[in-house]
Amino acid sequence: MRRPRPLDAVVAIALNTFREAVRDRVLYLLVAFAVLVILSSRLLAMVTVGNEEKIVKDLGLSAISIFGVGIAVFVGVSLVFKEIERRTVYTLLAQPVQRWQFVLAKFAGLLAVLAVHVVLMYVTLAFALWMRGATASGLAPAVWLILVELAIVTAFALLFSTLTNPILAAVWTSAVYVSGHLSWSLRLLAERVPPGAGRWACEAGYWILPNLDRLDRKAEVVHGLDLPAGFIAWSTLYGACYVALVLALACLAFERREFR
Amino acid sequence: MSGSGPVVELRGLTKVYRGHLGIGRSLGLDGLDLSVEPGQVFGLLGPNGAGKTTTLKLILGLLRADRGEVRLFGRPASDAAVRARLGYLPENPYFYDYLTAEEFLDFYGRLQGIPRAERRARVQASLARVGLAERSSTALRKFSKGMVQRLGVAQAIQHDPELVILDEPMSGLDPIGRREVRDLILDLRRAGRTVFFSSHILQDAEMICDRVAILDHGRLRAAGRLGDLISTTVRWFEVALRGAVPAGPLQLLSSAGDEHLVRVPDVSALAELLETMRRTGGQVLSVWPRRDTLEDLFLREIAR
Repeated sequence: MRRPRPLDAVVAIALNTFREAVRDRVLYLLVAFAVLVILSSRLLAMVTVGNEEKIVKDLGLSAISIFGVGIAVFVGVSLVFKEIERRTVYTLLAQPVQRWQFVLAKFAGLLAVLAVHVVLMYVTLAFALWMRGATASGLAPAVWLILVELAIVTAFALLFSTLTNPILAAVWTSAVYVSGHLSWSLRLLAERVPPGAGRWACEAGYWILPNLDRLDRKAEVVHGLDLPAGFIAWSTLYGACYVALVLALACLAFERREFR
Repeated sequence: MSGSGPVVELRGLTKVYRGHLGIGRSLGLDGLDLSVEPGQVFGLLGPNGAGKTTTLKLILGLLRADRGEVRLFGRPASDAAVRARLGYLPENPYFYDYLTAEEFLDFYGRLQGIPRAERRARVQASLARVGLAERSSTALRKFSKGMVQRLGVAQAIQHDPELVILDEPMSGLDPIGRREVRDLILDLRRAGRTVFFSSHILQDAEMICDRVAILDHGRLRAAGRLGDLISTTVRWFEVALRGAVPAGPLQLLSSAGDEHLVRVPDVSALAELLETMRRTGGQVLSVWPRRDTLEDLFLREIAR
């Protein structure tokens, strides 16, 4: 029997992860999203005057982000833990599969699930806007950056999933998500505390935590402002580097793990 | 094929389990030396907690040894390439229950490097081999424990590995299932494959093993060819009789009404017993010559 190429194993496990999410009916969340956006747009049309298009866009983008983070956290934190708990990882790692391939594949599988969700939610939002005679074309850059943000959150969920149980992993991932959106406040705090350990800790926190606020560009696109292509490219590169770093830590943690 | 060297070679393999935060230690395996030659059926035997599963997990790299070395096909077990040459069935397997049997084997076939063109035929052949051809489109969540076990065996052998490692392959199976697994192991031996399996069901091991090793509390108690470990000469006789038990060098094992089971130490005592029974009008119901069994050896080694 030939030895499978490294990418073969990653693709096979990623597709299996995708299939698991689909068969666990994670996609049903899309129905909830569609109902939320379409109903709220009709409701807003009745109760607001003039600005309902912006409100529908704002609500739609926020919902894409919140639903996405929900999937990333709650599916992500059990990705590796479930394989260990159910011992399916035993037979998987007894194949010619390296542990880093397993970690990357789990990440790729969930990212594919998230990408499908985000695209379908964006299409639903575009449909809701079209029914109101508006267009969603200007929203695409913000949606792309939401996906970049979700990739970072997923990488953290996966890292914590290799280290601890799903409940703790969900708490830690949520903490990273919230503090990642508030990391700018650490910079402000660093300017106000006296030099020393406190300022050093604030500066360190600012540089270590992901700057998720940079990736939140909903307000600009809702108000019709264009995001510069350079900004999108740099933000994407920032996200990719951050994901690579967190996944490297996850691979390291999983490499050291024993299966008793 | 693996050449002339051992397929599995364990040298001074030691595993210490540490408790949470490193507090508390227990010895999982203590300096295990073992080798399995090509084409052998090797049984790793021992009571629960003896270190059988620990040994298999160390071989597969699921655990890391504190000391010692594992070599598979003459290469370090950490080399992922050697895992392409083995198949593995874990104890009490659980697989992805959202997959159908066919999807499950196809997924593993991809990981095992079976080319796409061959995969479909291999999957069907493997399902037929373990008697699950009719259930190829059934989701695993609808499978019984025995069916999951059989599917696990199919997964372990579908890529035609040189070494098959089975952790308690008969546990949880009914007598028919156990016999099927025994036959399958014998088929693998006939095809020149090496089988390394753990079990606490000694009768099964006795029927199919070329060599066995007995573990207890992480230590190797005995290892070798079955014929070398167990005497094939008759050691005593078990006789069932009806009527009064005559005096003599007999040991009464059990009684039910006027039927008795006695242990007779040798041939001359047996002849004397038969003569006495004939004279007194008693009935001899059966005579069973007893040889050493693996169970005798096992109990002797564990009691040491």
